[in-house]
Amino acid sequence: MINSLFLINPSGEIFLEKHWKSVVSRSVCDYFLEAKEKALEPEDVPPVIHTPHHYLISIYRDKLFFLSVIQTEVPPLFVIEFLHRVAEMIQDYFGECSETVVKDHMVMVYELLEEMLDNGFPLATESNVLKEMIRPPTILRSVVNTLTGTSNVGDTLLTGQLSTIPWRRAGVRYTNNEAYFDVVEEIDAILDQSGTTVFAEIQGVVEACVKLSGMPDLTLSFMNPRLLDDVSFHPCVRYKLWESERVLSFIPPDGNFTLMTYHVNAQNLVAIPVYVKQSISFFECGSDGRLDVTVGPKQTMGKTVEGVMVTVHLPKTILSINLTATQGSYTYDNGTKLLVWDIGKLNPQKLPNLRGSLSLQAGAPKPEENPSLNIDLKIQQLAISGLKVNRLDMFGEKYKPFKGVKYITKAGKFQVRT
Amino acid sequence: MEWANQLCENRQFGSKMTDSKYFTTTKKGEIFELKAELNSDKKEKKKEAVKKVIASMTVGKDVSALFPDVVNCMQTDNLELKKLVYLYLMNYAKSQPDMAIMAVNTFVKDCEDANPLIRALAVRTMGCIRVDKITEYLCEPLRKCLKDEDPYVRKTAAVCVAKLHDINAQLVEDQGFLDTLKDLISDSNPMVVANAVAALSEIAESHPNSNLLDLNPQSINKLLTALNECTEWGQIFILDCLANYTPRDDRESQSICERVTPRLSHANSAVVLSAVKVLMKFMEMLPKDLDYYSTLLKKLAPPLVTLLSAEPELQYVALRNINLIVQKRPEILKHEMKVFFVKYNDPIYVKLEKLDIMIRLASQANIAQVLAELKEYATEVDVDFVRKAVRAIGRCAIKVEQSAERCVSTLLDLIQTKVNYVVQEAIVVIKDIFRKYPNKYESVIATLCENLDSLDEPEARAAMIWIVGEYAERIDNADELLESFLEGFHDESTQVQLQLLTAIVKLFLKKPTETQELVQQVLSLATQDSDNPDLRDRGYIYWRLLSTDPVAAKEVVLAEKPLISEETDLIEPTLLEELICHIGTLASVYHKPPSAFVEGSRGVMHKRLPARTGSGESTESPDVGTAAGGSAPEAAPSIIPSQGDLLGDLLNLDMAPPTTSGPPPPTTGMQMGGMDLLGGGLDSLLGGDIGGSPAMGAGFGAAPAVMPASLNAPVGGGLGDLFDLGGVGMPMGAYIPPKIVWLPAMKAKGLEISGTFARRAGVIQMELILTNKAMSVMTDFAIQFNRNSFGLAPAGPLQVLTPLGPNQTIEVSLPLSTVGPVMKMDPLNNLQVAVKNNIDVFYFSCQYPISMLFVEDGKMERQVFLATWKDIPNDNESQFQIKDCHLNSDAASSKLQGSNIFTIAKRTVEGQDMLYMSIKLSNGIWVLAELRVQAGNSNYTMTTIRRSGSSQKMLTFFTCAACTLTSLCCCMDLMLSQYNT
Repeated sequence: MINSLFLINPSGEIFLEKHWKSVVSRSVCDYFLEAKEKALEPEDVPPVIHTPHHYLISIYRDKLFFLSVIQTEVPPLFVIEFLHRVAEMIQDYFGECSETVVKDHMVMVYELLEEMLDNGFPLATESNVLKEMIRPPTILRSVVNTLTGTSNVGDTLLTGQLSTIPWRRAGVRYTNNEAYFDVVEEIDAILDQSGTTVFAEIQGVVEACVKLSGMPDLTLSFMNPRLLDDVSFHPCVRYKLWESERVLSFIPPDGNFTLMTYHVNAQNLVAIPVYVKQSISFFECGSDGRLDVTVGPKQTMGKTVEGVMVTVHLPKTILSINLTATQGSYTYDNGTKLLVWDIGKLNPQKLPNLRGSLSLQAGAPKPEENPSLNIDLKIQQLAISGLKVNRLDMFGEKYKPFKGVKYITKAGKFQVRT
Repeated sequence: MEWANQLCENRQFGSKMTDSKYFTTTKKGEIFELKAELNSDKKEKKKEAVKKVIASMTVGKDVSALFPDVVNCMQTDNLELKKLVYLYLMNYAKSQPDMAIMAVNTFVKDCEDANPLIRALAVRTMGCIRVDKITEYLCEPLRKCLKDEDPYVRKTAAVCVAKLHDINAQLVEDQGFLDTLKDLISDSNPMVVANAVAALSEIAESHPNSNLLDLNPQSINKLLTALNECTEWGQIFILDCLANYTPRDDRESQSICERVTPRLSHANSAVVLSAVKVLMKFMEMLPKDLDYYSTLLKKLAPPLVTLLSAEPELQYVALRNINLIVQKRPEILKHEMKVFFVKYNDPIYVKLEKLDIMIRLASQANIAQVLAELKEYATEVDVDFVRKAVRAIGRCAIKVEQSAERCVSTLLDLIQTKVNYVVQEAIVVIKDIFRKYPNKYESVIATLCENLDSLDEPEARAAMIWIVGEYAERIDNADELLESFLEGFHDESTQVQLQLLTAIVKLFLKKPTETQELVQQVLSLATQDSDNPDLRDRGYIYWRLLSTDPVAAKEVVLAEKPLISEETDLIEPTLLEELICHIGTLASVYHKPPSAFVEGSRGVMHKRLPARTGSGESTESPDVGTAAGGSAPEAAPSIIPSQGDLLGDLLNLDMAPPTTSGPPPPTTGMQMGGMDLLGGGLDSLLGGDIGGSPAMGAGFGAAPAVMPASLNAPVGGGLGDLFDLGGVGMPMGAYIPPKIVWLPAMKAKGLEISGTFARRAGVIQMELILTNKAMSVMTDFAIQFNRNSFGLAPAGPLQVLTPLGPNQTIEVSLPLSTVGPVMKMDPLNNLQVAVKNNIDVFYFSCQYPISMLFVEDGKMERQVFLATWKDIPNDNESQFQIKDCHLNSDAASSKLQGSNIFTIAKRTVEGQDMLYMSIKLSNGIWVLAELRVQAGNSNYTMTTIRRSGSSQKMLTFFTCAACTLTSLCCCMDLMLSQYNT
């Protein structure tokens, strides 16, 4: 199982190590650092590295490398999932996941890691179980602790850890009982030069914020559940009922959690909310080129498209650019050759356009590659797949909760090829 | 600590709240200061001090000097302080074992605490202290905790057994903890079950042969129940454990699948993949016509697709596994091509994997889409990826024949871009396309030639030279083109030099008049001015060939090349099956069996897919049944029609053949040398591929010596063919039929097998010539016979020690024993053989001469002979004639003796010589014969009996024996049918 964990910053410095079995010398990280040197981008470091005596499995999250060392045959996905949990745990406890935050709470992170694994076997990875064992820091609590000498560590056995519903703690009480659900859909798409969809799919997620007293048993049903091609549930969802009746029946964890993620495949027609007309061309001779990009609404179901942003990685040989935007503003970083055009809201009457000239470095050949455009956008109050929540019922408790559902569509990996 | 100091400067106020304050201590006397604080009376100060110590530890500072002071803080009722001290102890106890003993009492006391949290914490921490002395004290508390009333303590104790096993395996066994752990699999609490399974699995990994996880239907049921209720991690352990179980029948298999399927919808990708493993494995047992089978297939696709929208690291592992799954069951994802399309900001490792899977899924139906994508990728930024994309287009062309034309035109478009590395890759793959589809796309050669000058990579240059040489007759200025390369001959890499040499020789053979000078030039460059032995040797071979026999040279150099196929990049089926059993593990990421790389895996058991039951193919014995793979039944009928029991036997191929008594196979060094000469030489002559075997040179030098008298046939035959020496290799001793092709390359993915049988020094030898006519190297040869009439079986493994390169040939002698299982075959001397290599298993059948079975002690006592002769009833007698035999009786007798047919007596009656002969077969049956020889004609009567079978059977014996004798006497026109009636 998982032997050790090292946290490494982008410059290759190890700033935390934790061993769950015997201590592994940190020199084992040299193999990883070597691979990191070879990779062009930190994202390109291979996640599984074989060294003579160990395996190094790593993830890159929030500009940090989480590197685990294993010695025996362990499912790599298990390790990678766990590392993501560690990153999420840090985020959850301290509001962000960064080197500074970890260093500021070194001991607590260390205590948490100790609770998460025992001998490399996962012990408590559910956020609310952890939070009862080791309370997250708040200014008030640390002041109280300093004054009274009480500790951050809970000293009773947690009910949650052993019940068949480990995700919910007992004795939850709220004065306002509320349950909110956000249906968030991201469109992953590749459009080709002519605007034809090469590939498109929708990744959806139902995020929940449930603050209900006692042991509520909820049932959420959709108007059109058959739309979904594949679903993954939080462990609280009763799978049998989904199979037979297509409803989500569950006793929710307390607080924020991801109820389900789903997937609407390319086979179903995925609506593409915007179109992009673009041309990026370089003249055969001379050292100039032109860029002309227009964005317009396409299948928006009558909603406004907001937060539109176009990102282009221009070729390395560009010297400077001179563009004008009819709407929004653009920024260009000559170091990374990254052009970002922030458009904002799309106005169907007056389409935003960005055009102008590109100049290449003197003597540089015509760039070989075609830069792809990355599009960001947001549509409020619409799930682009058409998924709609029908109703939410609560059993098991007497009070009347306040319920709310919000929809939002975003661009995921939305790319336009040129 | 610079950053720490800096941090504190920056956050004067904030430092009160954060741990970075722990790093503010001055370097001078840091330890001393901490020591004082640890021994402080104030609880709070103590705790702060311990925190400081821990903080230093986490960044890798050595604070072991504080050991006694920290341990002193252990006796406390403050849980946080206790935990902190425990953290410290776990890290440093090993370096201070004597001091660590001080902590034991506290642990033992804590194990009795009323609070289960404390009990669990104590037993958990104790297990983490890897000190032998402490371990001794651990046993009693652990035993109690394993039976604790509180499941939280039990589940912690279960893991502790694994810890203890890691420190002292013997102790765990002696104390009987393993049995207690096994009992916990039936615990009422699912978390306890999951942890017990996890602990047992980890322990089992170091004891591959122990049956720690001996699963039976009852325990499976327990696991499946726990599966629904335990945490996601527990589910992974349970699923991985389930995957090792082999269900009794398809019904059980189906019911397990049904209960595992819901796991496919789990949010944790590791759970999903482990479930996929269980399903992929158990599916193997389901009859294919079952509705449930197709339902299951449909259910597998969506979760796999969903894995691809996860974080890139997860995607990578998922893709490596999907790569295996699409090779095993392409139908699952055949409609999901689009999800593998590459996004420009995918990490490179994801891009490359996606590309590979795209090719595997490419089919006639989706090839247009795939090609459009690949063309798009070829204009990307990342050079490595672009190269792979161009190569992928070539693989498409080879894989999907209908698309070849489109692929070629796509490649031509790419060549027009003039992007240097794109052009070079394109030329390399076009060469492969030429080899796959000869005489189809040569019209593009002109375009290729335009780009000759821009090629600067050896592989591309070599490919281009190959094309020019191969199609020299169609390229008007081929000589000029090749000549231009020749100028810088010595600066080229070996690959290019070898290719250039071959190409010019080809050119010379095609256009001898104009290119004489050129060929002389290249031969002298290669032989005189080069110090590369491969190049020199190849040069010499060409030179000699050209000077001694230009016709032979033409046959060798311009020989028809074996076709290349797309299968060469597939994973070999048995390995694939094993890897399918390891889905989700490191093995699946590396595409290697765990035994090949997992450290400390002491003889890992090879896992096999279970056999499909209840669909007509009866498997013989249970162990064979479980070992039977799923793909073999489909492959088998290609040559031998369905032979249920044959399959059972053949599938044992992996195990070494039974080594019964028998001399080691006579693969002498001499013989091998001869082989290498031929193999290596041919390889370099014919192959487009470079890297002739280094043994070639040595072999060439030794050539005249390669004629060991006893083994002349195989070697001589080979050499004779090449150099037309003729006459060598006439059989001297026992009769050996000439070698014939048993398995044509067409039917065996490029492996050609020809061979014969011989009896040498009392041992039956199967003499094989293996020729690799495919593009890829073949390794891991093994052979197996089906049961046959005389119980022939390999007496040792097939001795192919070196990998067989493309176009290489090797001769092997396989000693046979006659103690294998017996089954009557028709015809009687039929032998069904399976040969396995890294590519596949192939089947063929051949017939052995019955004379091979005649044993050396077949000379019967005269008296016994006489008595037996009289005893045998006439029914068992048969007669036939051998025509056109020009030997006198003595010559025939001595010739027959060479094949263990012994003359007992001879008499002459009325000008006829009557020879009385005896033969003993390897299975103890005696054959008695009378041979009458008259000038030019011989007519003999044969008669036999020992333990008689049906007369029909005997007749067949005679037929075979007659056939043998006939051939012995060089009368080849004997018609068998004559005697069958």
